[in-house]
Amino acid sequence: MSSQRYCMPDPMLGLNDKLIRDQIRPGSRVVDLGCGDGRLLAMLRDEHGCSVQGVELDQESIEAAISRGVAVIRADLDRGLDDIPSQSFDVAVLSQTLQQVRQPKAVLEEMYRIARWTLVVVPNFAHWRVRWQALSRGRAPVTSELPYEWYNTPNLHVMSMTDFRDLANVVKFRIDKEIPIIRRRAVRHAWAANLRAESALYVLERTE
Amino acid sequence: MSTESIPKPTDEQPVFELPPDSVGMVETQTVTLFESSEKLRLASGRELGPITVAYETYGSLNSDRNNAVFVCHALTGDAHAAGWHSGEDRKPGWWDAFIGPGKMLDTDRYFVICANVLGGCMGTTGPGCLNPETGERYSSDFPVITIEDIVDVHAALVTHLGIDRLLAVVGGSLGGMQVLEWAARYPDRLNAAVVLASAAHLSAQGIAFNTVGRRAIVSDPEFHSGRYTPEEGPRYGLAVARMLAHITYLSEASIEMKFGRRLQHSDKLAYDLGKETEFQIESYLHYQGERFVERFDANSYLYLTKAMDYFNLADRHGSLEAALGNTDARFLVVSYTTDWLFPTDQSRELVSALLKARRHVSFIELSSPYGHDAFLIENEPLERLVQPFLDQTYQSFLNSDR
Repeated sequence: MSSQRYCMPDPMLGLNDKLIRDQIRPGSRVVDLGCGDGRLLAMLRDEHGCSVQGVELDQESIEAAISRGVAVIRADLDRGLDDIPSQSFDVAVLSQTLQQVRQPKAVLEEMYRIARWTLVVVPNFAHWRVRWQALSRGRAPVTSELPYEWYNTPNLHVMSMTDFRDLANVVKFRIDKEIPIIRRRAVRHAWAANLRAESALYVLERTE
Repeated sequence: MSTESIPKPTDEQPVFELPPDSVGMVETQTVTLFESSEKLRLASGRELGPITVAYETYGSLNSDRNNAVFVCHALTGDAHAAGWHSGEDRKPGWWDAFIGPGKMLDTDRYFVICANVLGGCMGTTGPGCLNPETGERYSSDFPVITIEDIVDVHAALVTHLGIDRLLAVVGGSLGGMQVLEWAARYPDRLNAAVVLASAAHLSAQGIAFNTVGRRAIVSDPEFHSGRYTPEEGPRYGLAVARMLAHITYLSEASIEMKFGRRLQHSDKLAYDLGKETEFQIESYLHYQGERFVERFDANSYLYLTKAMDYFNLADRHGSLEAALGNTDARFLVVSYTTDWLFPTDQSRELVSALLKARRHVSFIELSSPYGHDAFLIENEPLERLVQPFLDQTYQSFLNSDR
């Protein structure tokens, strides 16, 4: 059954890395939440002159990040980021992880606290194929990688672009940019984006 | 200046085959620093000199003199960190699992130095040594020393070895405090700092345990205000101090795992107060206490625990951020889940300060049942962090113009 389901872009493939980089001013101080093996941060450091910091939970990923010379601290996004002082970064990045945390709002609030700019890539569960799947097959919108079913998917929350925009407003972010990603490409002015985009990149600014 | 970069071979052959990843037979060396005109000015304001330093080195210093790693030992450790002194040794140096060819501190690449601390009793000047001015043992005339003083002496040793800047300073517990002091005091002399199971100050609870340990020593009838002879001394008090301290290095889980409520010699309770080693844990602590008395000096224990109590990096510099913000060294901070003497929260404080100061900092809390002692026991997880961390530091150092 699962093989017939629609698959979101794999967050580990780094399709978003260049899109994210293009939104970050060279030389910025960047923190990547859920940085994995530090690939994005190493690129920002080497090609973009950024000073970088990773946050990751998984021990093997931490070892891999350290092997790239990326500074990384172990933390669980679900338990808050108390160790990170307020406003200690220019940019906080969260790529394809927000739907997997228990309290997305709390995580966004922490990003609001620690950085001036927040970059988030979120999957769009309002994509027409997800809608079609729910309508035609009567199946829960399980996306992301193949082996998951609704009961073991890492995606705890399903949201649409419209939903995310609401949440960003609740956290008092100013939405600087909303960039739909359609077929792995960023499309600045897409029609019916909420129907057509697999995911979207948001650039948010702290308003205080 | 001579730099004795290679451990001197000794004649004694081990009675067993040395493993290929051992640094082999080593000898502790000594050097006398701070002679006559250039005495060491201590944090207390007093002066001390000359100072003899006992140290060992493993691997060789490269021609650029940029591959040296300084290892700081914990409270009752010594300069003998790796290898064997003689074929009769029961055990190799205290960190042998981590130091050697291909190991975490790879002696094929790095030049590893370990030195006994000021105030110790393993070859470096301490209360048990003769005061050259009086010809008698310092005993309680030895000045109060601090972690700053300890690090000053080690920095002088590093200079003596012809090394300007260390690739890394590594240490756990009291050794970790020394690492932090290195970073604060000599910010330009290290590229990396590895701080294991440590903190920028000892907790009040830690001071409490040290206080009871010291009390046990000074209330021993053989203490004689510190002026005991080397043969006598407050043996019972020192053993009790060690037993108490040893408990703080373990965890509830590790004691339960290793000993439980098992009895040592019988399967029945004896109902006899005279049997002091009835439970296995009792027997173990007694054994630890006795062994410790054989190798450690009570006065040194008093001085070093006091140095540990006094250490407070934030207090001295206004804030931790100010203390650690002057170095561009990379930090690796590691804590352990069951360490209650130096709990993870204290490592987190360090990490926060380093992030605030915008330093390069990696931090991980490792899961281990072994309590505070985990950094001496759990090789593999530590190796998987420290090895790439040092490698990356070394690479970026080689690539930079320094």
